[in-house]
Amino acid sequence: MSATTQIEKTFREEHGRVLAALIGQLGDFELAQDALQDALVNALERWQMDGVPRNPGAWLLTVAKRRAIDRLRHSAPLERNALVLDSESIPAPQEEPEMDDSIPDERLKLMFTCCHPALALEAQVALTLHTLGGLSTPEVARAFLVSEPTIAQRLARARKKIRDAGIPYRVPPVDLLPERLDALLAVIYLIFNEGYVATSGDSLTRQELCGEAIRLCRILVDLLPGEAEARGLLALMLLHDSRCEARLSAQGELVLLEEQDRTLWDSSKIQAGITILDSAIALRDPGPYQVQAAISALHAEAPTAAATDWSQIAMLYDTLAQMSPSMVVKVNRAVAIGMARGLQEGLKLLLSLEDQAENFYPYHAACADLSRRTNQREAAADAYQRAIELCSNPTERAYLQRCFDTLTDSVK
Amino acid sequence: MKYMLLMYADESKGPQTPEEREAHAPETWYALMEEMKAAGVLVSNNGLSPVANATTVRVREGKALITDGPFAETHEQLGGFFLLNCKDLDEALHWAAKIPSATLGSIEVRPLWSPDA
Repeated sequence: MSATTQIEKTFREEHGRVLAALIGQLGDFELAQDALQDALVNALERWQMDGVPRNPGAWLLTVAKRRAIDRLRHSAPLERNALVLDSESIPAPQEEPEMDDSIPDERLKLMFTCCHPALALEAQVALTLHTLGGLSTPEVARAFLVSEPTIAQRLARARKKIRDAGIPYRVPPVDLLPERLDALLAVIYLIFNEGYVATSGDSLTRQELCGEAIRLCRILVDLLPGEAEARGLLALMLLHDSRCEARLSAQGELVLLEEQDRTLWDSSKIQAGITILDSAIALRDPGPYQVQAAISALHAEAPTAAATDWSQIAMLYDTLAQMSPSMVVKVNRAVAIGMARGLQEGLKLLLSLEDQAENFYPYHAACADLSRRTNQREAAADAYQRAIELCSNPTERAYLQRCFDTLTDSVK
Repeated sequence: MKYMLLMYADESKGPQTPEEREAHAPETWYALMEEMKAAGVLVSNNGLSPVANATTVRVREGKALITDGPFAETHEQLGGFFLLNCKDLDEALHWAAKIPSATLGSIEVRPLWSPDA
């Protein structure tokens, strides 16, 4: 590994923890971020000459604190200077900072602040990736196919609102924790899905989004070990991610679960996912992420598509539909029931959703698939066409088009 | 930090059911004010007379233009406010959710202007 890559890797690993500690000590989100930026520039110069120090996090924290004071001195005698200037003694600029190995882990506070419901969802996502993930503004922009100035503006507005509207920097009290944790998990899952589902854009960056979401969720599980749903989400993402090599063909075409080459599945991720899921279930506090992870685990454990335990999966979908009755869950439940108890029964159930799901392409795709399996070719072709019209993801649309073409070719 | 809690609701639609009427009875409002006072957050509060009594003033080229009604015609009208002194946004949001009219309309929570911001 070259010195520069080593340094970049260190930055990414240390960014969230150092920034979180710095905000805690400075009490100012913006100042902390600017000071850390200064410290990173400093580190890049120094570490290239001297190598990465023994405790890079502590090095960055010490230097960033110094830079914060410099910045405050330059920006006129504001009252908040007192806060920092009176705090502990800070080493003189020239000497190697004396390292305190124990940086307090305040990343949980930072996560809750970044995902505060008073911020717009897209700001929450950008802020989480930027502050905790250590992704640069251009990286965040690339990942979401949004221009750099837009992301920069989004981040600046969010930081300003955190300060000016008094969004607290803390782990929410018990009465708020459940709803705020739900919001936090939703942001992490959204980051994961952005990397997993959308196949346009820079594929490397998108891979990173999945990895980043898993890393953030691991931190969350470490910091809140008693939260079963955090574990459930981590398990779910690991299990999904285990199939990432198999879900696109060499030509970049989507390969559905049933047709995937199971030897390409990452068994270490499957094992890790199942272990975490077991630890979640042991906490006896079920929730939708755990149920989804359990469904994903059943797929992962099946040696072939035909050996899939559909009756278990159908039962889990019943549970899931009660917990979160969204359209995608209802559609998937109908398909699972079709696979478990008979395709006709599944199709009948699916068609009963028509009024609510008319503009939802996965509904039409599922109708097409079940119709095809029951040899109702005309109905299948119509449903594929409707799904193609409604689907906006190019990779998924191409898949549906291939299904349609295969179906109509075989009729001719 | 001082927060203004602005209460918006559709003036033409009051509480409908007996339960709603009870939830919006004067006693409920007084109880909330007492609770806010006991918590030491209440700076001041008041309700506004209906928008039918509103008059809008604009000064253009040195002349005051007076028109009948509120500045903007919207579904929800500003009906009153609470000015609270809270330690952070979460505390202000906590009180906003306790305001009876939040179940019918909405509460906009805004920090007072500060020269640092």
